[in-house]
Amino acid sequence: MPKTPLTFTLNDGEVAVFVDPGASLIDVLRRGVGDLTPKQGCAQGTCGACTVLIDGKPHLSCLTLAETVEGRRIDTTAGLAGGPNLHPLQKAFMEGFSAQCGFCTSGMLMASKALLDRTPNPTRDEVIEAISGNLCRCTGYEPIVDAILSAAQQGGAR
Amino acid sequence: MTIHKGRGFACINYPIGMNLGGDPAQALVHSTPDGKFMVALSAIDLGQGMKSVTRQIAAETIGVPVEDVYVDTADSDTGPHDMGSFASRGTHRVGNAVIRASAEARKQMMEAAAEELEVNAADLDTDGKGNIHVKGAPSRSITVAETAIAAQFKQGRTLAGRGIFLIPPSEANPETGEQTPVTCFAHAALVVEVEVDDETGDVEVTAINSAYEVGRALNPKLVEQQLIGGAWMGVSHALYETTEPYYPARDHGPEDFNTYLMPGPGQIVPHHIAVLERPAEDAPFGGKGPGEMCANPVLPAVANAVYNAVGVRCDRLPITPEKVLRGIRANGGARPKGRA
Ligand code: FES
Ligand code: FES
Repeated sequence: MPKTPLTFTLNDGEVAVFVDPGASLIDVLRRGVGDLTPKQGCAQGTCGACTVLIDGKPHLSCLTLAETVEGRRIDTTAGLAGGPNLHPLQKAFMEGFSAQCGFCTSGMLMASKALLDRTPNPTRDEVIEAISGNLCRCTGYEPIVDAILSAAQQGGAR
Repeated sequence: MTIHKGRGFACINYPIGMNLGGDPAQALVHSTPDGKFMVALSAIDLGQGMKSVTRQIAAETIGVPVEDVYVDTADSDTGPHDMGSFASRGTHRVGNAVIRASAEARKQMMEAAAEELEVNAADLDTDGKGNIHVKGAPSRSITVAETAIAAQFKQGRTLAGRGIFLIPPSEANPETGEQTPVTCFAHAALVVEVEVDDETGDVEVTAINSAYEVGRALNPKLVEQQLIGGAWMGVSHALYETTEPYYPARDHGPEDFNTYLMPGPGQIVPHHIAVLERPAEDAPFGGKGPGEMCANPVLPAVANAVYNAVGVRCDRLPITPEKVLRGIRANGGARPKGRA
């Protein structure tokens, strides 16, 4: 089947790839571009591990057709840190021991980044709501919620 | 409709590791020419902190900064043998193997340094900051990096160590059946508070108070994180998770994360933890490890709390609203047991 050319912005860089028609965005990111930060937990839209931002809004990259992101901007965890400086959310997750196996972490970071970008000082309930599409099997969620709130206090929107 | 409050208690004696075939763990340690140490294991870090804790143990034993130790748990094809990450055995079994391997590597490091400083190895000590010095004369010193370079390029010597930890097999006494299958136990006790709705059968855990005795907490934050996460999983098993059919038939059973129930971030339970440290004699720096018992005692405590709240004894998990309601109906109504 002929491939389709696709260009988009990924964390400030321009990406141009050929994709199979019908390919999911996560496949293109992981296999086509080599950005392994979005994780595939379920491939059916129920775990949130594959969350990326498309034009600033959280999307499940396993359910997103790659061709729909033509010309748009994708943010993944790979673009969070500025050089050696971790994003305030990454720092808060690290300091709060908010990851064990880490499989959910990338999706949690992107879902919470989307929240803090539009709501810099969220309430606890807003944080819970923002990550309620993201499953975590290890932490019991509390360290994650606490980390997001603490990142917000430290000016987490960046 | 009435909400009934209940409180349930459970405690646990948890054997660390198992004794089938000695439950062995191996570790190999070697230095790179720049004086960093590499620990090779096949024990797997699932997120419980295997890498962090073995790194601390190796650094402490060799006498170098923790930053100068790397732990590689890459591959059971190429690494030294290990039984696996289960039975709460990681810290104890693997940690002990790492101590042995690290002690051998330290001995070689001290001998190499002694040769460079022209002193007796027994007169040397490490400062834990990357230096080796003559006891009582800190100015007569050599860095670990210089020692490793000298060993590698001048003395032709490796700074390496091998370690294995094996539990001596314990046969059952044919007369009494007595056996010593494990060498140390960890312990915990916890109290769970619930609210049970006698109209819907819904059970909500409202608080957990626990005390865990895990030997020395080698990394207190990792211990706490495991206890919090494990208790969440215990609540999840007690009240939600099952692959068995719900109603009315197998086709209605859960198939994926949409239908397999688990508590989410909206059901966070306040959990107050007291960690008691009673170092075990045969444990690495006294650490037994929390492991599986983070989750286990939560289940009976929840079941006891439900009984305390409405008088329903559920002996099958999970304790679903259906089971609670059937129990209440069979008893002719909620029968709160009062404060025990
Ligand atoms: S992988 Fe996309 S939601 Fe699970
Ligand atoms: S840290 Fe393991 S799933 Fe969240």
